[in-house]
Amino acid sequence: MSDKPTSDKPQGRRFQLPEHLKAYQGVWVIVEQERGQAHSVSWELVGEARKLADKLGVEVGAVVLGADGPDLDRICGEAFGFGADVVYKVTDPVLADYRTEPYARVMTELVNAHKPEIVLLGATTLGRDLAGAIATTLQTGLTADCTELDIYAENRSLAATRPTFGGTLLCTIQTLAFRPQMATVRPRVMALPDRDESRTGRVVEIHPHLSESDIVTKVLSFIPDSAQDEAQLAFADVIVAAGKGLGKPENLSLVWDLARVLGAEVGVTRPLVQAGWAGFDRQVGQTGKTVRPKLYIAAGISGAIQHRVGMEKADLILAINTDANAPIFDFAHHAIVGDAVQVLPALTEAFSRRLQVSRLAS
Amino acid sequence: FDLFSLEEALRLKDQVGARVTVLTMGPPMAEAALRKALSFGADAAVLLTDRKFAGSDTLATSYALTSAIRKLAEEEPVDLVFCGKQTVDGDTAQVGPGIATRLGLQQLTYIAKIESVDPDRREITVHRRSEGGVQVLRTALPCMITMLEGTNSIRFGTMDDLFRAARTPLRQWGKDDCVEDETKVGLKGSPTVVSKVFVPKPRAEKAKIIAGDGPDALASAAVETIFAAQPKLASELLAR
Ligand SMILES: Cc1cc2nc3c(=O)[nH]c(=O)nc-3n(C[C@H](O)[C@H](O)[C@H](O)COP(=O)(O)OP(=O)(O)OC[C@H]3O[C@@H](n4cnc5c(N)ncnc54)[C@H](O)[C@@H]3O)c2cc1C
Ligand SMILES: Nc1ncnc2c1ncn2[C@@H]1O[C@H](COP(=O)(O)O)[C@@H](O)[C@H]1O
Repeated sequence: MSDKPTSDKPQGRRFQLPEHLKAYQGVWVIVEQERGQAHSVSWELVGEARKLADKLGVEVGAVVLGADGPDLDRICGEAFGFGADVVYKVTDPVLADYRTEPYARVMTELVNAHKPEIVLLGATTLGRDLAGAIATTLQTGLTADCTELDIYAENRSLAATRPTFGGTLLCTIQTLAFRPQMATVRPRVMALPDRDESRTGRVVEIHPHLSESDIVTKVLSFIPDSAQDEAQLAFADVIVAAGKGLGKPENLSLVWDLARVLGAEVGVTRPLVQAGWAGFDRQVGQTGKTVRPKLYIAAGISGAIQHRVGMEKADLILAINTDANAPIFDFAHHAIVGDAVQVLPALTEAFSRRLQVSRLAS
Repeated sequence: FDLFSLEEALRLKDQVGARVTVLTMGPPMAEAALRKALSFGADAAVLLTDRKFAGSDTLATSYALTSAIRKLAEEEPVDLVFCGKQTVDGDTAQVGPGIATRLGLQQLTYIAKIESVDPDRREITVHRRSEGGVQVLRTALPCMITMLEGTNSIRFGTMDDLFRAARTPLRQWGKDDCVEDETKVGLKGSPTVVSKVFVPKPRAEKAKIIAGDGPDALASAAVETIFAAQPKLASELLAR
């Protein structure tokens, strides 16, 4: 994505890594698990770590923290399947629930002991909380919400690209003479790698011997979200999305009708959330969800960069817009230049007819 | 996003009594934001401004802000430090945890609700958003809190507040007023550098225009195009 560097140093800063920092080797992912379930962003990152480690010729380490048990063992196995070479399995009853203090303490010691050159975390409530804390204890650089990770070959440093200035531009950030280099990435920004069940690796068991009485913050209880409440946009295969071009809130039903026929989720742009047409959990984009469906139908959406970064990784994008010059047509695959209010019901009709025909044929 | 945190601080002031000081680091024009915060009900304001602070990344920013908070704490004890969840420009949510870590404060991020504060026992109970639900946490003061957006809405100041805001002297501190180690601020104190800035690349080819006369013809053509491009999709849709 480096077509128009406005800086005079497109190859990254040239500098020599001091000798003592050359001991830092390997790419780590801190695996996020809650209640015995690993967050998929961690596996997306293990896939990304694999690519970086192969470029550097080093190993991928996955750090799994929690209370010991079969769930944790299963997660370690998954880490190998997604591409880790080494799993650092850190177990202690105190680590059962996430809290900043014990997690940050254990991670700081682990990084200082094993010296990875890169540490990646999911940009989630857990990952951002922990990353901000350990970047400070380790006194190193942290780049948040990256959309692309790469290696500057000439000095083996991490090139972390992220949106800047409210999302109209991208910038690439580099950590100079500090190690490890840290970055967070939001869920669904990177692709989930294929899992190879037969892959295995080394497990390094670590028992930090924490004491609950040393930890100031206590977890009194946990209130799980009810699954039905939240729109499952991030993992939907098909999304029908609406923008301001629909004109009035009543027209949103046209989008819902099409979504029903396709078994799709409904997404919206930010102005629709701000106008109260839909909840925040349906917003796609920089400040909403990142999605990667197989099919994304965008109706009455202009294609602003803040929306685009949340959906451009869809396999196929069909955009409907009255304006043949709308920016969305610069990155959609197929375009219908027309009035969404008329085209949407026609699409609903055409899809259900077509699916009916296929159903009869089989 | 800092308004959610300011409102929460003002509510605590109403409930248990407190002095609310707002602190920002930025160019001199950041004074306007501080005056606004005063008009909402904050008691004092500090502007941290120095050309030596320019180019600070989050590590350097949290160092400078921590230095200022330490100086404030010499005058009177600081029980709670509120930060926003993310800045509008940086969007990193790192400065709050950075300050908490440096000051050795308990760190409470993504707080949806402050359930209770017990000033005598010096305890606070909060609801913290996590990925699969809400953690109910209790911790000891002093601590650092970042509020989730949309958790409250800022009050409007009264006419008196507006006058007071205009009259309240703003304290302005530079590097020499509070920072001990000047190698830790500004560009010098920032591990990260921007190595390039660029415009996102458009896709190699523009969207293919689907032709057809009228909505029905367009729709049928679109369905055929989609199924031709994604042969597997048709069978997956059928399976639903
Ligand atoms: C910091 C920041 C973060 C942001 N985050 C997000 C985010 O996460 N997600 C997001 O979506 N936005 C976000 N935005 C807002 C973004 O910049 C755009 O304003 C927004 O995406 C535009 O929404 P829209 O396409 O619905 O509306 P518009 O830009 O108004 O576009 C409407 C489109 O509909 C077309 N149209 C009009 N009538 C019809 C019709 N009858 N049939 C078909 N087409 C029609 C018009 O030609 C136009 O292209 C953010 C902005 C900022 C500053
Ligand atoms: N220059 C600054 N001055 C005051 N507070 C700041 C500054 N930068 C960041 N913060 C605080 O840290 C929060 C998170 O910032 P960020 O890590 O940049 O997203 C903000 O909402 C503010 O509360």
